[in-house]
Amino acid sequence: MEQKRIEELNHMCAEMRRDVLRMAKAAGNSGAHFGGTLSMIEIAAALYAEVMNISKELLHSEERDRFILSKGHGVPAVYAAMKQVGILSEEELDTFKKDETRLYGHPCMDAEIGIEYSTGSLGQGLSLAVGAALGMRHKNNHTSRVFVVLGDGECDEGSVWEAAMAAAQFSLNNVVAIVDRNHLQYDGDTETILKLESLEEKWKSFGWDVRCIDGHDVAACCAAFSGRTDRPLAVIADTVKGKGISFMENDPSWHHKKMSSAQELQAMEEMAHDGI
Amino acid sequence: MMEFNSRNARTWSMLGACGAFGLAAADLADNDDDFAVVTADLCFFSGLERMREKHPEKLYNVGIAEQNMIGVAGGMVKEGMNVFATTYASFATTRVLDQVKVTMGYMKLPVKLIGLTSGYSVGILGATHMSVEDIAIMRSIPDMVVLSPADCTETVKCVYAAAQCEKPVYIRLTGTQRTPIVYSGDYDFCIGKAISLREGEDVAVFATGTMVSESVKAAKKLEEEGISCTVVDVHTIKPLDVETIRKYADCKLIVTVEEHNVIGGLGSAVAEALCGMRERAPQLMIGIEDFYPHAGSYEHLMKISGLTAEDIAARIRISLR
Repeated sequence: MEQKRIEELNHMCAEMRRDVLRMAKAAGNSGAHFGGTLSMIEIAAALYAEVMNISKELLHSEERDRFILSKGHGVPAVYAAMKQVGILSEEELDTFKKDETRLYGHPCMDAEIGIEYSTGSLGQGLSLAVGAALGMRHKNNHTSRVFVVLGDGECDEGSVWEAAMAAAQFSLNNVVAIVDRNHLQYDGDTETILKLESLEEKWKSFGWDVRCIDGHDVAACCAAFSGRTDRPLAVIADTVKGKGISFMENDPSWHHKKMSSAQELQAMEEMAHDGI
Repeated sequence: MMEFNSRNARTWSMLGACGAFGLAAADLADNDDDFAVVTADLCFFSGLERMREKHPEKLYNVGIAEQNMIGVAGGMVKEGMNVFATTYASFATTRVLDQVKVTMGYMKLPVKLIGLTSGYSVGILGATHMSVEDIAIMRSIPDMVVLSPADCTETVKCVYAAAQCEKPVYIRLTGTQRTPIVYSGDYDFCIGKAISLREGEDVAVFATGTMVSESVKAAKKLEEEGISCTVVDVHTIKPLDVETIRKYADCKLIVTVEEHNVIGGLGSAVAEALCGMRERAPQLMIGIEDFYPHAGSYEHLMKISGLTAEDIAARIRISLR
């Protein structure tokens, strides 16, 4: 990937982080899922701006790639990415979590803006992806792919592994599962709560091809997500929960919270120094 | 498609509701390119051997993984396929309720979910395999269509109707093999339109599933004693045929009969339909009295739960006194 394009994407990620703050502000007292949103900014940017065959014009087209946010709480990252590619307007971001909005706190199925499925109850996205991939195969659509982003804490759910087995069993080489490995879940460190390691070996042993990357290296994200093999592909993206806002990084209390005005100022300040 | 005649009715009855479903599925597979069945390791139990022989590519066995089954069916439906998903009624409802709620309720993806051996059909296996809660649970999910056929002929009717239905559908299959025949020939079946099987002045009995034939038997007994009963087959629990139910509100006694907990099932649905009426008969609710019995044969469980024709007739007789 050209250096110029990498810089563009990094700039985009900085803008997306700023848009997350904007949405959180719009949400007012209800706050936002900062931690798991900020950890997947590069993942969302790579998918929407580079890897997936998706655009406003393609939303109803059979040829589009399908995207499923299984870790539904990270959705502000997706709305921010959708703004970058022209699916959502900047004004609409301000409706986040407001009454009658299309931008719920978890994704709500809406063909008009390309939200393929409603999620929020963890552990269900990969099953939907398996079904979608089988449906696409049935239609002889062998070009589109299904991209699913899962949380690492979400991998506690047994249904994730039911779906992982099924994807391998049905040889679904059109499914890409990206695990946002930010090491934290609601109550703290994933390894203290319910040990996931070795996550890589788990996915491998379930019959998937696995790539491990730095999930904040946007070029690495693009390269890994684009990979095609003859098996389902899992990308374990090592990330930092709350990435980009110093006081949120690696602090589980920012899983879902409201910022004080002082924190808001500090966050904006940090964003301003981040090249925008 | 299969013909509705007395010979087929006898064959389907011999096979039981699961077998009848399997034959209907094989039929749909012959006629619909986008048809598929997803099962959680119950291919044989769902009577799907015939379909599998002829259309192996239309059968997706996801293993003993019911949660995944619902999501997979939802994803396939979203891509334009016409998908039936099968497992035991307990697992289709209580075990995977959140998947059912999100996929079929919240997203309204029109998966057709088959609850095999509901009620006491396999009660010998214990309460894990009894399903006495599924009507209550499934009808409380917004937009869900809930069907409960009276016999194997109606099972086939329900499966064909569900295949054409644009909403998510749950089909509750009750009874064992050699189920009593209620419908021996063709008849008009329409989702949401209850069917009056006999008309009487004194009592209106609303029954569903296996309890339809028991109620007809009970009505015949009572007729000999001078008590005349209407018997209505409520094959659609939701959307409930409120109009038909209200038509009978002015008789002496309304009775609901179901192989299901008395809480939340057909009895509750009928009570909800009638509760706003000023002039209405009292309602006798016959069902399983909020308990899980010890494992036992189907006949035994029916007896101890008071769900035989004799029990139904006796309860009606007492209520009329």
